[in-house]
Amino acid sequence: MAVWVKKSECVGCETCLDVCPIGAISMSEGIAVIGDKCNSCGACVESCPHGAIKSDASDRKADISAFKDVWVVAETRQGNIRSCTSELMGCGRGLADALGQRLCAVLAGKEVSSHAGAMAENGADIVYLMEDKGLEEGLALPYVRAITDAVLEKRPAVVLFAATPFGRELAPRVSRRLGVGLTADCTGLDIDPETKNLLQTRPAWGGNLMATIISPDTRPQMSTVRPGVMKALPAEPGRKAEVVQLKVNIKPEDQRLNIQELKKELYKHVNLTEARVIVSGGHGVESKDGFGLLEELAGLLGAEVAGTRIAVEEGWLTPDRQVGQTGKSVCPELYIACGISGAIQHSAGMMGSKTIVAINTDPAAPIFAIADIAIVEDLFKIVPELITALKMKEGEN
Amino acid sequence: MDKLDIKVLIKQVPNTSEVKIDPHTGTLMREGMESIINPDDLHAIEAALQLRDTHGGKVTAISMGPPQAKDVLREALGMGVDECILLTDRAFAGADTLATSYTLGKCVLRLGRFDLVIAGHQAIDGDTAQIGPQVAEFLGIPQVIRAIRLEIRGDGLLAERTAEEGTEIVKSTLPALVTVTKEANDPRYLFVPLLMAAFEEDAPIRVWGGNDIGADEAGTGLKGSPTRVRRTFTPSHNKKIERLNGMPADMARTLVERLRERKVI
Ligand SMILES: Cc1cc2nc3c(=O)[nH]c(=O)nc-3n(C[C@H](O)[C@H](O)[C@H](O)COP(=O)(O)OP(=O)(O)OC[C@H]3O[C@@H](n4cnc5c(N)ncnc54)[C@H](O)[C@@H]3O)c2cc1C
Ligand SMILES: Nc1ncnc2c1ncn2[C@@H]1O[C@H](COP(=O)(O)O)[C@@H](O)[C@H]1O
Repeated sequence: MAVWVKKSECVGCETCLDVCPIGAISMSEGIAVIGDKCNSCGACVESCPHGAIKSDASDRKADISAFKDVWVVAETRQGNIRSCTSELMGCGRGLADALGQRLCAVLAGKEVSSHAGAMAENGADIVYLMEDKGLEEGLALPYVRAITDAVLEKRPAVVLFAATPFGRELAPRVSRRLGVGLTADCTGLDIDPETKNLLQTRPAWGGNLMATIISPDTRPQMSTVRPGVMKALPAEPGRKAEVVQLKVNIKPEDQRLNIQELKKELYKHVNLTEARVIVSGGHGVESKDGFGLLEELAGLLGAEVAGTRIAVEEGWLTPDRQVGQTGKSVCPELYIACGISGAIQHSAGMMGSKTIVAINTDPAAPIFAIADIAIVEDLFKIVPELITALKMKEGEN
Repeated sequence: MDKLDIKVLIKQVPNTSEVKIDPHTGTLMREGMESIINPDDLHAIEAALQLRDTHGGKVTAISMGPPQAKDVLREALGMGVDECILLTDRAFAGADTLATSYTLGKCVLRLGRFDLVIAGHQAIDGDTAQIGPQVAEFLGIPQVIRAIRLEIRGDGLLAERTAEEGTEIVKSTLPALVTVTKEANDPRYLFVPLLMAAFEEDAPIRVWGGNDIGADEAGTGLKGSPTRVRRTFTPSHNKKIERLNGMPADMARTLVERLRERKVI
């Protein structure tokens, strides 16, 4: 903590000289000066009748009321708004209403103005638009510049980023530049009804524990939010927002990193986080052929196939299909877990699924604790029967 | 490129795969929990050593933590790191990522010229993956996050990083900060003579406090941390579970029925 005198407000009354327990304050040209001895006890801050002595602790506290509105930093992929942004808008709308403040979408990119309408229909009251050809997807530094400058100008109370790889690269730099707190990978956000602080809940200790984090004395409060956890609101056609253009001042030092090439052939693109139905397999599936069976079931359900870390480590699945703490977080309508024990690191990524079906030979498997429908049986007996049952038309069985 | 000066950031963490939660109080049982070097950080050390072995230069490992964090620095020496700094001070306790990045950043600056800072992508105790980018921001240098391959090209850095749909080749100026994931390399084994030497009195491990790195107390530890943990709790689930019975074919048919009732298929 540091203590200083705001010269324009000091009238030279000398009250602080008597209050300071260690005699660290002297007068110079009619204005109080805090000397090197100061140990930041803060006694003078409270005693000054004119409020001319400031400390970073008191300043932070006094200032936080000046920060208003909830911001959602939109993320685009190939120029399109990502679904995680719509989820954030849904969550941000609730927070803004709880605060009685506005929800603002921050749209930054090369050419993004065409999305302003969609942001309005997704619940934004204001759309801050920042366009610049230096704002290239995947390059954090220009975005750090644009967003930090906007925050300093507009002073939001809350800034939310998606906890995507890009969001988790961008948000920490913004927080460091602003000197404020940042809570990583939140799965729950709320407003404390009394203090109006943002309650940021996230898994800790490998998902064994949940922790609720606050940043009581600094603003804005910043979080990255795990994709697939929050619910997007249905779009309200015709809903309007005020669109405000903000200047972007990208500097040469923001362009020290550039992308040479994207090698896409590595994974076949599956978007697990957006899947409605997921058929998932673990160690119990035993082989790549076992996963062939799950593929067949998935084909009938229009589902994506996913799995546990063990399934990925065994080479039965590519890493982009891993669900869990170190993989993807998903919340489909239906999650069918086959031969999965339900370790916390796995369930952390799929607990939000609406209906969970678990097929496991071990009645004590932890997956059953979070399942809606439990089948204690060999998956190699159930899945083929399931395929047969699904192939029959509705009503035939 | 001449000789490289590389700093590696390493953290001592509890082995979270063995975490036990007290079922009554919902708190962490720290007793008997083993401390290890954060898994990603082994890959950070390996990446640094490989670059040094190719280009020459020096690798310095830095860790902030309690005095016993010296263990992970000894391990780093055992792998072949040249020298270590242990940042330990009562004033550093209770640091969140903002305060940690300030402390680590001040230390890097105090050590003078550098070409690269390499950190693990994320620590298994906090899982924030925030330290890398925050230290980079503090130092005012570019960052390559989730790198799996590093190469010095001319006077810059060429790196491959994982993206959501594949990998990307990126190019950066130096100095830069890089975080690496497990795909980056296979960490080398400890070399026993080096490890033995790391336990000697004259092992190159300097122990520094806040004054040694010129840190302002307002920026370190709990004081420098804007975030506070308000409460912790164990995740709970209160669902009504329906258990299906009968022959596999019966269960399969019932399941299809249930899923249709729930309108999920
Ligand atoms: C830091 C950390 C991060 C991690 N992150 C993740 C993550 O993101 N995602 C993840 O999934 N894991 C993660 N893990 C690993 C996790 O702890 C578990 O080890 C893993 O999820 C277990 O996978 P599994 O369920 O496939 O295997 P197992 O635990 O071996 O379970 C297999 C199950 O299949 C059942 N079974 C066997 N045969 C059959 C059969 N024929 N029919 C029906 N059931 C059968 C068994 O009864 C058993 O319950 C992480 C671990 C750590 C330490
Ligand atoms: N106390 C620390 N001392 C040294 N390095 C650290 C410390 N905390 C985090 N790091 C580095 O930052 C990386 C990411 O940590 P985190 O942001 O906590 O997930 C780790 O893999 C380490 O390389």
